[in-house]
Amino acid sequence: MNRKKTVIRVRDMVKKFGDFTANDRLSFEVYEGEIFGFLGANGAGKTTALRILCGLSLPTSGEISVAGYNVYSDREKIKKRIGYMSQKFSLYEDLKVYENIRLYAGIYGLSRKYIRERTDHLLETLGLEGVRNKLIAELPLGWRQKLAFSVAVFHQPSIVFLDEPTGGVDPITRRQFWDLIYRASQDGITVFVTTHYMDEAEYCDRVCIMEAGRIEAIGTPGELKGKYAAKNMDEVFIKIAR
Amino acid sequence: MKRFTGFVIKEFNHILRDFRTLLILFAMPAIQILVFGFVVTNELKDIRIAVLDQSGDRYTRDITNKIMSSGYFIFDGYLESTRQIEQKFREGNVKQVIIFEPGFGHKLIREKSADIQLLADASDANTANLVVSYTSAIIQDYMMDLRKKTGGNLQILPEIRMMYNENMAGAYMFVPGVMALILMIVSALMTSISITREKEMGTMETLLVSPLNPLQIVLGKVTPYVALSFINAVTIVALGYFVFGLPVHGSLGLLLLECLLFISVALSLGIFISTMVDTQQMAMFLSMMILMLPTILLSGFIFPVENMPDILQWLSCLVPAKYFIIIVKSIMLKGTGIAFVWKETLVLVFMMLFFIGSSIRRFKIRLE
Repeated sequence: MNRKKTVIRVRDMVKKFGDFTANDRLSFEVYEGEIFGFLGANGAGKTTALRILCGLSLPTSGEISVAGYNVYSDREKIKKRIGYMSQKFSLYEDLKVYENIRLYAGIYGLSRKYIRERTDHLLETLGLEGVRNKLIAELPLGWRQKLAFSVAVFHQPSIVFLDEPTGGVDPITRRQFWDLIYRASQDGITVFVTTHYMDEAEYCDRVCIMEAGRIEAIGTPGELKGKYAAKNMDEVFIKIAR
Repeated sequence: MKRFTGFVIKEFNHILRDFRTLLILFAMPAIQILVFGFVVTNELKDIRIAVLDQSGDRYTRDITNKIMSSGYFIFDGYLESTRQIEQKFREGNVKQVIIFEPGFGHKLIREKSADIQLLADASDANTANLVVSYTSAIIQDYMMDLRKKTGGNLQILPEIRMMYNENMAGAYMFVPGVMALILMIVSALMTSISITREKEMGTMETLLVSPLNPLQIVLGKVTPYVALSFINAVTIVALGYFVFGLPVHGSLGLLLLECLLFISVALSLGIFISTMVDTQQMAMFLSMMILMLPTILLSGFIFPVENMPDILQWLSCLVPAKYFIIIVKSIMLKGTGIAFVWKETLVLVFMMLFFIGSSIRRFKIRLE
């Protein structure tokens, strides 16, 4: 595969909260169009790293560029090129499906006409035409999750950041959710996803495993399984954590 | 700009779809005004009055009769000396004592001017105020009749003294106080809640990652509340004017500008609160503690600031509503212009700048 163009470059990224080091000299690269999984137990520092890359938090030190821009000086430019779906739910429950889409698309400066056309198309592909004028609060969790992802990539960002997007969702919906991720990746959107579900790691092109603020391993799921002589990613993870 | 309008529309949707929010926004102001208004305009009935008539002439008897036959009062009896006054009040039945000076009628005819003293038990401030103003009006009426009859330029000068609560500051001028309270609640409480709600829901992060900058987000969130608070301010002034006959002697434009300023102070306070807490519950609690109670207790809304212990007087200087109430009273009741309220206005401007500045600083710290 010829996807070697780097979209995220991180060198010696450190993030300290007082005496506590949440990220200890992280270095990695993410290539264009790939699905990059950021794995680790709760508190390993995944979310901290993701928040820095999204511009929600400033690093203590290190060289970091996202979509070709420096995270210290060009945050505003980065924001226009990325999408984000938070751990917590990111749609407004008291707004209708269509209103949520219109709001976020509008924030990213898309034209009204374009938003209308894309929305029709999107709801059709998700099979959600019937709930266009329903409040988000009336939808089941799985639908909301899929919709939240679609909203996060509505403006065709170069990178989308997903922070534990499938928390609390049943396996079938999770599978459907990953289908959406694949589709986005095929459209050329780089996907940066944190998770602690090891089965999801298998779906990623490359993964990076974090443990206590450090990167312990990085590579394709195949490489890692070979290196640690493990049947699946779950075993890889357990061996690393030990 | 288009991004911004979309965001404001969304905020309006939040407000219009939440029944509780609507209730606080629109029902509360009307209810509060009417409740306070009702308490204040309570009809007087069967108020007991004692009279110390040191003159005992035909004029004093006429006046006494006129007052007692008005239907509002009951004649409790004549007092013998000033020493009895205190005792009468302490017994608690008599709410007002009328004192005619010695030689009242004589002075009225000879010198065209005589004094009546009205002593009222102001431990119940509202009633005292009403009793005194009713009595004064009756005396005034009598004087007019007398002038017509005699053709002279007679004057009876009622001298009023409120016992037990010497200055009646703010007792029935409830409109400025209610206005301060409502604007404070709507602006500060509602914005702090609506901002922390976004934090709780996780939507705040999504917004921060978006190309909207923090200033746009905050402005987008407060704009609807500025509009709604302003509507409330106008409603309150209108209710005060049409229902209770409270005048606006000064410039209406200046009054509304000052309202806008106060709304801005309250909003910046709300924003400041929301930078300190992460949950709606905490925001509500903090708003109640540092906004509502001081606004009710320390602003001079109900209890006159001048009668408070020194330490509370000092504390009251930190309450924005205090300055707003002074300003509103000056403009509405005294008809003064900016020349007389510029100091208070300046204090409010500084408060607003302080809270906005602190919010920005705290916001930056959070990002670190």
